[in-house]
Amino acid sequence: MGERPAFDFRGNILRALADGQLRRNLQSAMDGLIRKRRAVFDDPAELEALRTVGQSLKQAALSRLPALLEELEANCTANGIQVHWAETAAEANRLVLAICQGERATRVVKGKSMVTEEIGLNHFLADHGVEVLETDLGEFIIQLAGEPPSHIIVPAVHKNRDQIARLFHARIPGAPYTEKVEELNAIARRTLRQKFFEGQVGVSGVNFAVARTGSLCLVENEGNGRMCTTVPPVHIALMGLEKVVARLEDLPPLLRLLTGSATGQIVTTYVNLISGPRRPGEKDGPRELHLILLDNGRSRILADPELRQTLQCIRCGTCLNHCPVYVRIGGHAYGFVYPGPIGEVLTPQLEGLARAGVLATASSLCQACGEVCPVRIPLPDLIRRMRTDGACQGPGGPEDGCRPPLWESLAWKIWALVNTHPGLNALGNALLGRFGRRLPRRGPLAAWSAVRTPPRFAPKSLHALAVKEGLPHE
Amino acid sequence: MPAPPSYPAKPTQVYFFATCLVDTVYPEAGLAAIRLLQREGLEVIFPKAQSCCGQPAYNAGFPREARAVARRQLRAFPRDLPIIVPSGSCGGMLRHHYPYLFAGLPEWEAAQRFAARVFEWGEFMRHVLQVRLEDRGPPLRVAWHSSCHALREMRIVEDSKALVRQLAQVELVELAREEECCGFGGTFAVKQPAISAAMVGDKVTDIQGTGAGRLVTGDCGCLMNIGGALAHRGLAVQGQHLAEFIWERTHG
Repeated sequence: MGERPAFDFRGNILRALADGQLRRNLQSAMDGLIRKRRAVFDDPAELEALRTVGQSLKQAALSRLPALLEELEANCTANGIQVHWAETAAEANRLVLAICQGERATRVVKGKSMVTEEIGLNHFLADHGVEVLETDLGEFIIQLAGEPPSHIIVPAVHKNRDQIARLFHARIPGAPYTEKVEELNAIARRTLRQKFFEGQVGVSGVNFAVARTGSLCLVENEGNGRMCTTVPPVHIALMGLEKVVARLEDLPPLLRLLTGSATGQIVTTYVNLISGPRRPGEKDGPRELHLILLDNGRSRILADPELRQTLQCIRCGTCLNHCPVYVRIGGHAYGFVYPGPIGEVLTPQLEGLARAGVLATASSLCQACGEVCPVRIPLPDLIRRMRTDGACQGPGGPEDGCRPPLWESLAWKIWALVNTHPGLNALGNALLGRFGRRLPRRGPLAAWSAVRTPPRFAPKSLHALAVKEGLPHE
Repeated sequence: MPAPPSYPAKPTQVYFFATCLVDTVYPEAGLAAIRLLQREGLEVIFPKAQSCCGQPAYNAGFPREARAVARRQLRAFPRDLPIIVPSGSCGGMLRHHYPYLFAGLPEWEAAQRFAARVFEWGEFMRHVLQVRLEDRGPPLRVAWHSSCHALREMRIVEDSKALVRQLAQVELVELAREEECCGFGGTFAVKQPAISAAMVGDKVTDIQGTGAGRLVTGDCGCLMNIGGALAHRGLAVQGQHLAEFIWERTHG
């Protein structure tokens, strides 16, 4: 993965907030997703019980991850799946390229996969002469637009129908201008259909990998995923290490949590369970099936008992949908592949605090994300942890890349001094009461006062009033 | 999920934890909360050594400083009396985060005991004092704002609303996006001012849409944020803390 351009979070935010169309597109899409989720999880007690099951299944898997991965490797291998291990994004990319080159493949069709976005696979393959075609409708749209996904589940959610109509007309040869959804779908279908048969290698992600049976589970709604995994002669599946679960019986609750949280469905249109390449006598399926297990920082995350919970994530995107910040700035503003609350936690861990620690400021810690997470990741606590690590106060001492701003560290030291010495506190309150209303509107107060009247400090604090009232004090 | 608290029998004495915002910006809300407790026959003790719960530093990623301040609070309320807090957010910090803040440290047990004594003011009024309020004010339409921590951490929003609903002449209207954050978030408002401004702007529009003449909330952080934005837009809607509102409606 090459160095990304400088990450201008502030600029991204301001541009997104100024984009009224984006705001309307996101609000209506998120409202719809929230409504659908609520409708499918209509029994709160059942949902809470299910979330607990999901959390324990993922935690149990993570607690013996190395053993499960070895079991997965053994059983996949027995099933005829070729298993590869990639420690870094670069290694994973090279593995995919080598398989493509071995096949003399120049055309790859791809199902929706966040992990391939994480490693920048499309760009890497394109740079080496392999054309990648995204076949998920949303991914297809943003590939046409030359944009990264703006949402984990709904990658083109930032675009509305009119914008897609213009894009298709401009970028797909021979496509007429139409705003009718059915016609737009038909255009995409026609374009993609042919490409499936031309694709020499199919690439997909994995939602869950079952260690005991050596099976890969993929859910989708368009059938494109199944096309990618069955039509081309070679299928390459990529997964982060954390996607492994112990048994087939673990899937039903996890699938219900995933699809219910992601799209408000009880079950997706397609649930694919892949347990090997085409066997003699079978009519379809690839000749070769490869599974790439990607670490890319995950074993480091696993080593920290608190941060480990990040790896429980099943990539449902519901924390994005419920986030008051995400709905206002959209996924692109976050500058990296994973946006929203999970991105604020995962990205600094993958990319380092120096590059991405700033993401953790984009939360009011309202806890909406933690409340809906289907596997009970304590997202607000982990966002706070990112801030703590960023201020070099993490449990493990100074972390790589933490850069506490000097003025802020100093401000908190003074704050602590005042709030631990009642005399100083009384003096501070008296000064605020006397001069607080005349504080110059600079720094934090300038930011505050742009849309609000400044706080009106009371002439007498409650401490002072309590004495006047004759309240007993100790 | 935090376990629901067990409520004690009505005590004769309680501690009052003002919170730093009530102390410095909204003392009249604190006085109202205290007077309403006294009206129910309680002796309210105001420990002088109290200051802030520590949440601002804690949430900003400075737990060392937060812990230093939190330690002072553990010492400032030594007797086994309920600690009444006129804020769902500070209450959440004291009840749910103190044990976490002191995990693995010698103060952990003290933090646990302290946390179990913490009650949000409205929650205490409803469940422990079981107050009956007599409304003496004119008819009024009031919009309610739920603070995120009152809603999701302390889970006491229904208690606050139940108190407002006891006021016969008050019409309580709910916001279209009641469960959405107002954009305060402590240091969030100054670290991400543009996002925070967009959030509070939408909240104010929502409030405006209800036609309410008053905005009532149980948290002074939200109140400072929303009230400041209402005033900045020149709207006549007045923001008020729940305790002050109830005192105004039921006193005299």
